[in-house]
Amino acid sequence: MTRSDQWKLYLTIAFVLASVWTLWPTFQFYSLPPKVRQEVLQARPNMATTEAERLKLEKYAKLREKAIRLGLDLQGGMYLLLEVDTSKLGPAEAKNAVDQVMQIIRNRIDQFGVAEPSIQKQGTSRILVQLPGLLDQERAKALIGQTALLEFKLVKTEEESKALYDRIDAYFARKLRGGALPDSAAPDSLLHPFSSRLLTTSHAEATVLSENVPIVDSMIRQLQADSTFVSDSRLAWDAHDTDVAGRTARALYVVGRDPLMKGSEVASAQMRMDLDAARPGAPGVSFNLTSRGGALFGDITGSNVGRRLAIVLDGKIQSAPNIQEKIPRGQGSITGSFSEEEAQNLAIVLRSGALPAPVNVVEERTVGPSLGQDSIEKGLRAAALAALLVVFFMILYYKISGVVAVVALFLNILGLLACMAGFHATLTLPGIAGVVLTIGMAVDTNVLIFERIREELRNKRTVLAAIETGYARAYRTIIDAHVTTLLSSFALMWFGTGPIRGFAITLSIGLLINLVTAVGISKMIFDAWSVRRKLSSISI
Amino acid sequence: MFQLLHGVNIDWMRRRHIAFLISGACMLISLVSLILHGGPRYGVDFTGGSLVEIQTTPALHADQVRAAVDHAGYSGSEIQELSKPGQFLIRVEVKPGAQSPASGIAHAVQTEHPSSKVEVLRVETVGPRVGSELRGAAIKAILFAMGLILIYVGIRYDWRYSLGAVVALFHDVFITVGALSITNKEITLTVVAALLTIAGFSINDTIVIFDRIRERSKTLRRENPAKVMNIAINETLSRTIITSFTVFLTVLALYLLGGEVIHDFSFAMLVGVVFGTYSSVYVASGLALEIQLWLERANAGRPKR
Repeated sequence: MTRSDQWKLYLTIAFVLASVWTLWPTFQFYSLPPKVRQEVLQARPNMATTEAERLKLEKYAKLREKAIRLGLDLQGGMYLLLEVDTSKLGPAEAKNAVDQVMQIIRNRIDQFGVAEPSIQKQGTSRILVQLPGLLDQERAKALIGQTALLEFKLVKTEEESKALYDRIDAYFARKLRGGALPDSAAPDSLLHPFSSRLLTTSHAEATVLSENVPIVDSMIRQLQADSTFVSDSRLAWDAHDTDVAGRTARALYVVGRDPLMKGSEVASAQMRMDLDAARPGAPGVSFNLTSRGGALFGDITGSNVGRRLAIVLDGKIQSAPNIQEKIPRGQGSITGSFSEEEAQNLAIVLRSGALPAPVNVVEERTVGPSLGQDSIEKGLRAAALAALLVVFFMILYYKISGVVAVVALFLNILGLLACMAGFHATLTLPGIAGVVLTIGMAVDTNVLIFERIREELRNKRTVLAAIETGYARAYRTIIDAHVTTLLSSFALMWFGTGPIRGFAITLSIGLLINLVTAVGISKMIFDAWSVRRKLSSISI
Repeated sequence: MFQLLHGVNIDWMRRRHIAFLISGACMLISLVSLILHGGPRYGVDFTGGSLVEIQTTPALHADQVRAAVDHAGYSGSEIQELSKPGQFLIRVEVKPGAQSPASGIAHAVQTEHPSSKVEVLRVETVGPRVGSELRGAAIKAILFAMGLILIYVGIRYDWRYSLGAVVALFHDVFITVGALSITNKEITLTVVAALLTIAGFSINDTIVIFDRIRERSKTLRRENPAKVMNIAINETLSRTIITSFTVFLTVLALYLLGGEVIHDFSFAMLVGVVFGTYSSVYVASGLALEIQLWLERANAGRPKR
């Protein structure tokens, strides 16, 4: 063995040791029973009851940290691409809005309790949220997407409301008649195109049968869009349906345009079951205001005793209690027909604050845990079968040289997985496909070399010369083939999104390692083998 | 030595016109299928829309699921029964601004058939704008990849080869898209990954042959180009077949065992590997030869004028 051969050997051994060292936590973690792994994923440090259990959880969490991560498509979870709608904000506000939204969403998710959430900004107005291993997707979506703009508005008096309805009726009546007001003998639907669709027992709180809700709602939108219709009042729907003589209906309130106070003054909020005396056990949310908010709330309630105060969340009325007396301590509650989960969500969003702009879900991908598990098993089985077929064929066709190729292939996969663990990369299903294609390219590299060596042997070269020229000549082809494939996977990394990028990254790492293993290491084995024995023939 | 195809001496280039005919026919079939289907069938990734996969235990019939989805008011939905009993893939359109219909669908099926447990396996919802962005990104990625390869091969070899390689590559990708269209499979992000891998493999195969042609052109300077190409293809034939065969084996493993999610990916790969092998022998080299002959005729004609 020459001196440089020795160095190569040491480097190879170092490569193998480093790979095994990096992959050891992955091996340990994924040999844990699935149930324990699931617990580690969901666990929080304070869940442990005994000291021994705490240490064990910590140890597993460390393993998890160093193990190869599985993508959402393999372990199950949720991928959400949110777009922040900044169309109603000024340019300066819009600039900060996305960062604020990100911060608020991060707070909400932290309080919801998801292991390893990932929240990233994408472009200028988008946020990518990834929640691995999440089970309750609908709830998470409601929690993330809710604007949670809490406002306190005064409900208008009967007279003010009546006046508003008269104006609205006149507005639409004119519109229907092309500008002129109808004469008083006209039917009610022409005279009162708006209020005839309401069941009015009270003007400040009217009800609308649910079949009429869409048309009334579109009329309200028309009014809001028309800048010539000026009013200090606003119409707002109740958040929930009610029952009017056996038919479903929804309440419509007349409230002030400007809020008396906003949810930014809320200091804390909790879900509670004892807020509504009429319905004990019904979930609701109690909140405490900041000291400034408390003083403001005291003033508002003090000067409006006897009137109704609407609690408006995202434009919908949650409740509109009567103000019995001045409320000085800055405490309040929101009741309504909430489920326990909805009330819990509401408490979280009130605590973490309102989003400065509404967000829309523009892309959603959810994989249930059972499908993820299924994909892993199938992917691994396919990879195992592919590897087995290749190993079998290579050894059958190239004999001992085939064994050398298989060793190189094995080292390639080992190095690829170690790189993924080392860089904290995520293995996805397209990533597994990338590994399979790496296997294909690795085999091709050795086939190219071996076919070349065979040719040289046929040309009556000695074994040593055949190996030397075989490698030298195949090398150029191999470089060209690798460069072109790498170029196309760089294009994928550049322009591709999520799954495609995962594929391109695994393929690129695999190809780069292949240049070391399939060319360098296999050559080293050949050299050691042929030089030492001074071979006159070779098994290829 | 256990050898396949050693010492073959096939005159590939003499039959290149038959190959051009076959390629032309395959591309024509693909084109006709694409026209009949009104273009490639894009998945929700590119059109926008929602896709919900559910598992019902005990298994419901497709008609029951369809009725429940229709009653819930998701018109224009498409329901596909998967190979596993009780598994359904439901596609619905998403109207701009509307909430994702996924939970609504699962809920509707559950309330109409309370005796069967409905589990949501997978949801993919892509807004129409994101869909068109993803489509733009995919097209850009493919064009960019092809452009890079064209430049690289042009620098390393010759523009004649470069053109032959890219046409061969386009040929493979186009026929694969045609095969997807004939079998009525969707083009999704993962299928695009498959198309790009096919492009990679096709170019790899082509380069191995080109490399040999270049090498032989130097040693056999006096031979005519068609013969040089034949020699190069014959000499690399065993490598071409063995590599394609092993890649075919690995992709076949993915196709058979890889499961529902990558089924279309591996199908595209299977088609692409077969055509990629054929095209690097015939289309790429054949075209390079045609261009060279055409150039020679043009050069021969010029001094006389």
